[in-house]
Amino acid sequence: MSVTQTPLLEAKGVTKYFGAITALRNVNFHVNAGEALGVVGDNGAGKSTLMKILSGLYQPSEGQLIFEGQPVHFSSPRVARNSGIEMVYQDFALAGNLPIYENIYLGREPGTKVGGLTVIDRAREREMAQAHLDKLKIHVKSVDQPVEELSGGQRQAVAIARATAFDAKVVIMDEPTAALAIKEVGKVLDLIKTLKEHGVAVIIISHRMDDIFYACDRVMALFQGTNFADAPLVETNRNEVIGWIMGTKGHTAQLAHDKVH
Amino acid sequence: MISNNPALSRFLESYGIILVVLVMMAILYATQPATFLSATNLSNILKQNAYPAMLALGMFVVIITAGIDLSVGSVLGLSIICLAVADKAGVPWPIVLLIGPLVGTACGLVNGLGYTLLKLPHPFIMTLGTLNIARGLTSLISQAPISGLQPEVRFAGQKVFDFGIFLPPAGVPFSFFLVIICAVGLWFFLNRTNMGRHIFAIGGNPQAARVSGIDVDRVLVYVYAICGFFAGLAALLLAGRTDSGFPLAGIGNELDAIAAVIIGGASFFGGRGTVLGVLAGVLIMGLLRNGLNLNNISPFWQQILIGLIIIIAVYIDVLRRRAATRK
Repeated sequence: MSVTQTPLLEAKGVTKYFGAITALRNVNFHVNAGEALGVVGDNGAGKSTLMKILSGLYQPSEGQLIFEGQPVHFSSPRVARNSGIEMVYQDFALAGNLPIYENIYLGREPGTKVGGLTVIDRAREREMAQAHLDKLKIHVKSVDQPVEELSGGQRQAVAIARATAFDAKVVIMDEPTAALAIKEVGKVLDLIKTLKEHGVAVIIISHRMDDIFYACDRVMALFQGTNFADAPLVETNRNEVIGWIMGTKGHTAQLAHDKVH
Repeated sequence: MISNNPALSRFLESYGIILVVLVMMAILYATQPATFLSATNLSNILKQNAYPAMLALGMFVVIITAGIDLSVGSVLGLSIICLAVADKAGVPWPIVLLIGPLVGTACGLVNGLGYTLLKLPHPFIMTLGTLNIARGLTSLISQAPISGLQPEVRFAGQKVFDFGIFLPPAGVPFSFFLVIICAVGLWFFLNRTNMGRHIFAIGGNPQAARVSGIDVDRVLVYVYAICGFFAGLAALLLAGRTDSGFPLAGIGNELDAIAAVIIGGASFFGGRGTVLGVLAGVLIMGLLRNGLNLNNISPFWQQILIGLIIIIAVYIDVLRRRAATRK
């Protein structure tokens, strides 16, 4: 990775107020194509707020977003999605009453435009969903199953399938493994590596050091709404990263709370 | 047994309501064999339930989004008075025909825009407001019934086709065909178009809809406009059937519409229900009224029975939800 490479997505001096509360203060952020970035921080550090700004759900109070070298303004998730920025939500944000295939293409249904409406080509929608799930090696009984009948891991798989159904350039994952059974975690992390190999930038918010150290190239830490630390994974270790989350630097193996003397 | 057989339970969920209608018809036939299945009685049932069916179809769209529209009865009242006043003022009939649906749609837009722009906590509030506003406007326009409408204006609500086989007044009412056309159109809209699916998605999980790039507020405005449109159409049918516009028209009808939708299996929590179920719900309420009338049972007992049916229908919905969300 060269130093002069233009980041795929960049945030400069982002500040976000919610009334009297400052959730983010002058935060800088960048991620490169094909990079997996882990974002860590304690509850309330501003991780989710930053991700919601990157995905268009919130607008920054101050600061600027730069995508592919151009200043951009994501006024809604739709605008961000059209640029190729997708988000996988911690609660999956799926409509439980709708079948898998409809969830994957919700808001982007294939079909024929008639006036302001799209008459959905449901056979094609099903086929596309099946083909896409096959590509990601996600197995479901049937794409017609309502999402509310699925397990947590299956729902996460559907949510990732939705995020990657069109050519996503950046996929943001909020605690992607938090709701998964242990045996399903590996699959999701491998899926992240596959996305990375296709040049997709993957941003992972996680509390699990195993996830970060298995799937990420770089880790950045937020503390109380500000940038705290940022380092390639090879230059740091679990204890140091855990220290960043708690707002301490130089947290080495010697200081680890679980160290057996 | 039912829970062990997904195919059977799915079949019952989709078509069980039709069985209920058939059982009711069998019971009514058993109690009143001479009258109930007579062509006159059956065509009466169809004619009487056409305008409640229109209200229920509109209400259904709102309830899919987990919303409610309390104003449809008043909107019907305002629409019927507007079209009757216009008719009496000598407005040509093709325009009078449009007035009902136009007034209804306008009221629906007010509901949708008010609810979404003012960010009111629940559509209950906005539509409770317009329930009062529309009724007040109706009485300001006319406090007395206006009767004697042009035949073309009455046509939709009054015309009965005897097809050369029925003895008048028996026959198939035009309003019945209109309900079927609207129901098929609505079914197509809800199940085959993107906006229809977005309406279901909003009912299932508004956050999912929002993050999928759906403009939820915009869809909701359309939803309330559609509901208002159907209330206006209901006004046209009621005006035709009664040959009048009267300021008290539609009072309490919003509750019948809600009841029919819920009895028909739509979920009050949003996201589920079928057009077929709604029509069946209307028919169940209509048959109940008809059967109790034929058997000379007091209308007070009708109220009690309908109340019980509503509670049972929602309880079934609660049980179904509990079963569905179990991991």
